[in-house]
Amino acid sequence: MATMVTSTRPIIKKSAGGGPKVPGPGGNGSRKPNGDGDLLPDDSRSRRYRIGMWVGLASIFMMFTSLTSAYIVRAASANDWKPLPMPKILLVSTGLILISSVTLELARRRLKAGRQYHYAQFLVLTMALGFGFLFTQLNAWRELARQGVYVTTHPHSSFFYLLTGAHGVHLFGGLLAIIYLCIRSRPRPKADLAAAKSLAAVDALTIYWHFMDGLWLYLFLLLFFWR
Amino acid sequence: MSATHEAVHRHPAPTGFIRKYIFSVDHKVIGIQYILLALAAVLVGMSMSVLMRMNLSWPGTNWPILGTLFPGGAPGGMMTPEFYLSLVTMHGTIMVFFVLTTAPQGGFGNYFLPIQIGADDMAFPTLNMLSFWVTLLGFIVILAAIFVEGNPTLAAGIGASLGGASGVTVGPIGGWTGYAPLSALGKIAGPGQGAGMNLWIISIAIFCVGSLLGALNFITTLLNMRTRGMSLMRMPLTCWAWFTTAVLALLSFPVLLGGGVLLLLDRVADTSFFIPGGLYVSGILSGQNPNFPLHSGGSPILWQHLFWFFGHPEVYIAILPGMGATSHILSTFARKPVFGYRAMVFAIFAIGLLGFFVWGHHMFISGMSPYSAMTFSILTLSIGVPSAVKTFNWLGTLWGGRIRFTTAMLFAIGFVSLFVAGGITGLVLGQTSLDLPMHDTYFVTAHFHLVMGVASIFGMFAATYFWFPKMFGRMMSEGIGKIHFWITFIGVYCIFVPMHTMGIVGMPRRFSQFTEYEYLKSLHPLVMFVSVAAIATVLVQVLFYFNFFWSMFKGKKASDNPWEATTLEWDIPSPPPHDNFAGIAPTVYRGPYEFAVPGASRDYMMQSEPDAEGTTDNGDNGHKH
Repeated sequence: MATMVTSTRPIIKKSAGGGPKVPGPGGNGSRKPNGDGDLLPDDSRSRRYRIGMWVGLASIFMMFTSLTSAYIVRAASANDWKPLPMPKILLVSTGLILISSVTLELARRRLKAGRQYHYAQFLVLTMALGFGFLFTQLNAWRELARQGVYVTTHPHSSFFYLLTGAHGVHLFGGLLAIIYLCIRSRPRPKADLAAAKSLAAVDALTIYWHFMDGLWLYLFLLLFFWR
Repeated sequence: MSATHEAVHRHPAPTGFIRKYIFSVDHKVIGIQYILLALAAVLVGMSMSVLMRMNLSWPGTNWPILGTLFPGGAPGGMMTPEFYLSLVTMHGTIMVFFVLTTAPQGGFGNYFLPIQIGADDMAFPTLNMLSFWVTLLGFIVILAAIFVEGNPTLAAGIGASLGGASGVTVGPIGGWTGYAPLSALGKIAGPGQGAGMNLWIISIAIFCVGSLLGALNFITTLLNMRTRGMSLMRMPLTCWAWFTTAVLALLSFPVLLGGGVLLLLDRVADTSFFIPGGLYVSGILSGQNPNFPLHSGGSPILWQHLFWFFGHPEVYIAILPGMGATSHILSTFARKPVFGYRAMVFAIFAIGLLGFFVWGHHMFISGMSPYSAMTFSILTLSIGVPSAVKTFNWLGTLWGGRIRFTTAMLFAIGFVSLFVAGGITGLVLGQTSLDLPMHDTYFVTAHFHLVMGVASIFGMFAATYFWFPKMFGRMMSEGIGKIHFWITFIGVYCIFVPMHTMGIVGMPRRFSQFTEYEYLKSLHPLVMFVSVAAIATVLVQVLFYFNFFWSMFKGKKASDNPWEATTLEWDIPSPPPHDNFAGIAPTVYRGPYEFAVPGASRDYMMQSEPDAEGTTDNGDNGHKH
């Protein structure tokens, strides 16, 4: 070891072990200091939920990427690719989900402004629009089934049912979260803490919902406008 | 102040047995649950490899006990080729998913990532618990696949309602890769392709969900829960490895999940994602029989792409945590800082990143364009660069150290040895022209077993011997541990070095026996040698199991920091209390590997130890070594 010492100064600096020269205590951990070496306050809930949501969305993004690549490869791999004509009712569902994104955003802003009552109203409206979307999607399925187009009819119909189904399942997950928030939105004791929790959850949910909205637009374009 | 205290998120320790040990949200309990799951799964996987070796070495022998256990698969005690193939499949699946993915990441990662970054738990404890139970459900489903296919009674009952089971195998046949189109056709494709295959896909899908929940938790925890002073570049390399592994899992498992859904649809809904037209299977043309409806236009290669886009990162998911543990343990017992900490971090990331662009090297013989094969080949070989960085840095860490040869250290050195020995043949297989003749021979089997199987397992052994005192408050027996190390270390080389030779001669993988092949007859002594070595190596693992469970109750009491290590987990009692740091978040003053610090009072400095002069000004000086 002695051969490695290039300086005989008494050690007061961190000299090895790979730590870069960054400020010490109080900085650079992601948790903020609380003054006296006490338990750190959990004020990072909102941030934690948001990071978790983005990370989760990355995996959902990858799943739909894999399905998209399958879609593109399958469309090119044989000459049995017959695109479905677009069921017109899908325009309705697209409109519904776009509006629901707006209403959820409005709900989030109302909650942030502390207007609990309006927040709950917009939340319920979003829930209604979300169910409306799923109902319309189901109607599109029923319409196709009436015309004799099923999962196995041809590859494009397989992908149509698969992609709308996968999206619908994910959206339904979001709806469950909205229902949960609706139940929570009634007044309760410890209102401050509850509101902080709700805000963190609504922040994350809004990200999710906008993502589902964008995902649907993308799938819609992929299924009916990509050749 | 009272508002602050209300916002503080502190769980009281659970008291009931169920909440404490079974449905616990404590990351430490969940980590141990993952390790126990891996310890159970590895027993199943190992006994399957012993059965395979028995069939290869003593073909045509009657094993009465097999006849009793699996009357369908081994009539009269003699294994059928189908039985052997299902062993191959289940051995691979169980080992890759339920051992190599659970213990290093879900087990040790869960237990030590939060402690090493100074957090009281994972970011989402409930999600963490869910991820374990989902994974366990996946394991139960894969065991169900064995019994549904292997037991005629179950096959007639449950099996029939799930797509029909043959009752002559111990699980699906298809390898752990489940290549389409045979895996996509259903019962018509032969024994082992019915209910067992459906259950196999479902199990993998469940496992994907469990892993995704885990990965989400790891990433969020690491980004958001680090304590004061724990900057990214002050994290132990183990944390970097677990983090990179989580990112890989997060981005690769969804692709497998997507592929699995398509495969299941092909099987149960008769779609044609992976099934081409005009297929003639088991004497029936597609569309000529109600059991084999008309298919057209699907692409079997598509499944390979989706599978290997997941499959290659999966290899790194298995080994990266081992690399992290090895770096950590080498530094601790060489009493030296990790050589080139930053380079190690970047190398981990480079390996992870490149891992996403090389999946095509598993498919060189699929008929891909030579140009894409060349691209994949060059990218594959370039992984050699960060791997070499890591290897040389490990050697640099050992160089000139005052090495303490504990069992954990021996296994960590063994990891380096196996990683080099197994990785070097990756350079052979990564080249298209060499891969073409080597593909599907024992050379490939030897390569990936050494580097991804055994090396990862060695990383886990090292981690077990190293962290056992912290986890259970007692030391494992060093004597038994050293015997375990030496026999295992010599054993695995005796198993896998000869396999390279077999592969060069041209012995194909997945064949149940080689008696029919004149050109392989001369290899039989080698096959026997491998089998004897394999059985000996498996038997010596009994020592490990004994050491593990015996030490848990009867081992020598461990101090808080028996190895004189520096990271945060060694600051707290062994075993750690429910909320790790008893509500007082630690403060980190320095990097993780401050050993042999010149001028310091002892040869290591804890991360939580303030500077000698109490100065916090450490922002101006460069490295002085």
